[in-house]
Amino acid sequence: MAKTFNPNIFDDIEEGYKKWEKKLEDAFSLRPERRKRFSTVSDREIKRIYTPEDIRDQDFMNDLGFPGEYPFTRGVQPSMYRGRLWTMRMFAGLGTAKDTNKRFHLLVEQGQTGLSTAFDMPTLMGYDSDSPRARGEVGKCGVAIDTLKDMEDLFQSLPIDRITTSMTINPPAPVIWGMYIAMAENRGIDRKVLGGTIQNDMLKEFIAQKTFMCPPEPSLRLITDTVEFGTYEVPKWNTISISGYHIREAGSTAVQELAFTLADGIAYTQAAIDRGLDVDQFAPRFSFFFNSHIDFFEEIAKFRAARRMWAKIMKERFKAKNPRSWWLRFHTQTAGCSLTAQQPYNNIVRTALEALAAVLGGTQSLHTNSLDEVLALPTEEAATIALRTQQIIAEESGVANTIDPLAGSYCVEALTNQMEEEAFEIIHKIDDMGGMLAAIEKNYPQQEIADAAYHFQRQIDSKERTLVGVNKYVTEEDIPVEILEIDEELEKLQIEKTNRIKEERDQAKVKECLEAVGEACVANRNVMQPIIDAVKAYATLQEVCDVFREVFGIYRDPGIY
Amino acid sequence: MARERKIRVMVAKPGLDGHDRGARIIARAYRDAGFEVVYTGLHQTPEEIVEAAIQEDVDMIGLSSLAGAHRYLFPRVVELLREKGADDIVVCGGGIIPDEDIPKLKEAGIKEVFTPGSSLEEIVDWVKENVKPRER
Repeated sequence: MAKTFNPNIFDDIEEGYKKWEKKLEDAFSLRPERRKRFSTVSDREIKRIYTPEDIRDQDFMNDLGFPGEYPFTRGVQPSMYRGRLWTMRMFAGLGTAKDTNKRFHLLVEQGQTGLSTAFDMPTLMGYDSDSPRARGEVGKCGVAIDTLKDMEDLFQSLPIDRITTSMTINPPAPVIWGMYIAMAENRGIDRKVLGGTIQNDMLKEFIAQKTFMCPPEPSLRLITDTVEFGTYEVPKWNTISISGYHIREAGSTAVQELAFTLADGIAYTQAAIDRGLDVDQFAPRFSFFFNSHIDFFEEIAKFRAARRMWAKIMKERFKAKNPRSWWLRFHTQTAGCSLTAQQPYNNIVRTALEALAAVLGGTQSLHTNSLDEVLALPTEEAATIALRTQQIIAEESGVANTIDPLAGSYCVEALTNQMEEEAFEIIHKIDDMGGMLAAIEKNYPQQEIADAAYHFQRQIDSKERTLVGVNKYVTEEDIPVEILEIDEELEKLQIEKTNRIKEERDQAKVKECLEAVGEACVANRNVMQPIIDAVKAYATLQEVCDVFREVFGIYRDPGIY
Repeated sequence: MARERKIRVMVAKPGLDGHDRGARIIARAYRDAGFEVVYTGLHQTPEEIVEAAIQEDVDMIGLSSLAGAHRYLFPRVVELLREKGADDIVVCGGGIIPDEDIPKLKEAGIKEVFTPGSSLEEIVDWVKENVKPRER
């Protein structure tokens, strides 16, 4: 294979560089550099200038090549946004299922092409609204789902056979997915045509987002059940969305996000192979979910490195043969943690930059945060501006006219290589510990992230790093944005609804179905069909999750800091 | 002369919310400021927090909430402390707390509320000024 650069250009470049550096010294002797050290939001040092010298070993065909071709640095599909734009998928969920259903209809009318569901905390943790642990939390940061009836109300008259649905659900993912399948089947829709995603990524929960139910090992087993079931029964569904988003929100660096996410992907792949599945049967249904933070070039490099790394991992480590198994398809959300409560309208600008990085990084779908998300759930107006931001990038800015426009940038290519190298080092370290499960038990990723988060906060406090409106350009202000309020009555109404359903159902049938779920857990049989049967009989989310907790035990936060 | 005892603080995460970045950073900042720190870990009920605070004999509880349940959970902690006769333990809170909720929380006995953008220094200094080791 041929190197991108002819080796005999480097002498000239080196000479030119030296001359330029001399001029620089003169300039800086009059007016010194703005800072001693220039670094990214992840504290990666950035050079004054990048030249072909920084990527002298690059081999165009091997390292970059063409979109849709291994190693996919430039994009997974050959056509990318020339064929179809990314899916504008705004996360929504508030209050009751009926409230969220209204928001979904509004988003679809406004041209959104995929739905994304946020659940409330009790649902995310596998508790019903009437649990004592749910007090004060019902419907607060997402929609409450207790029974199949809630799922039916949530998707009422939405074209779920045409629109794909993403559900951000982790510990109780098998149950929520079971309810979705049951709801579709009750509407006469075959499970084989259903398209969508469940997040279903427990490893990153232990690492970062911290919604837990059972310990890591049985959690991985339940996930493998869904992968197996999806492979045979719901072939168009993405069974895991391997997520770096929350790792980053918890305070990791960009490279940590990249490395831990791919290491999680390796653990899921290995678990499914150990179950006896062929890698090429299930790997094409794995999808990824990354954060797009404020540091523009570092983020673009991260997305490009992620694609190239996953392709290598699948092809070389797992010997996948189907090119689709090599694809790293990903959803992106702009960084919630980059937004500020101060001068909240500035958040529109931050989000626009982050969205632009995601698009230049070749994302398959995108959620843009609303300006008020640091304060509360978004109002309709704020959510609309966030969606319009994507539409402006897509249809006015021209950045989607050509594929991977930053390829060949000395800086972006050098950062891409650097991040790949560093992330592989972290992955090897995790391999040496015995894989991600073992690393989590040693608190390795948790501690690394806590260190990075603290380091960042210290830099903000010391003003070494600028946050506009927070530690620089500060103004006295009353926060002028309107805040969405969730009605406190809602908790009562939701509990009444669930209690009514619990009274009216066939109790003997529910008991029998729940026992079948328990037996499948104990006997190591796939839990998915028994779950679908149970929720069709209106067993509640918590009732099924209690079976898991009883069989597998409960995980408690080790509380390290 | 006996040296004054170190301030003993508990950082607690009530409710189901898993956002612990802030709580863990605060716990470290307290530790670096020379306080003795107890961190409860996630998913604690108000009952569990109060019981642990009494058992650990802390001078202050810092509550963190980012998912909207502070309105019920924060006042509940103060109420339980009162019931147990331990209301000399100072309670403060932080997280995503809308401005209009702050007066209600203070009325309920939460001494101070820190919202996004508060610096670690500010949060640590507040403890130094407002929390004294309890008599025991």
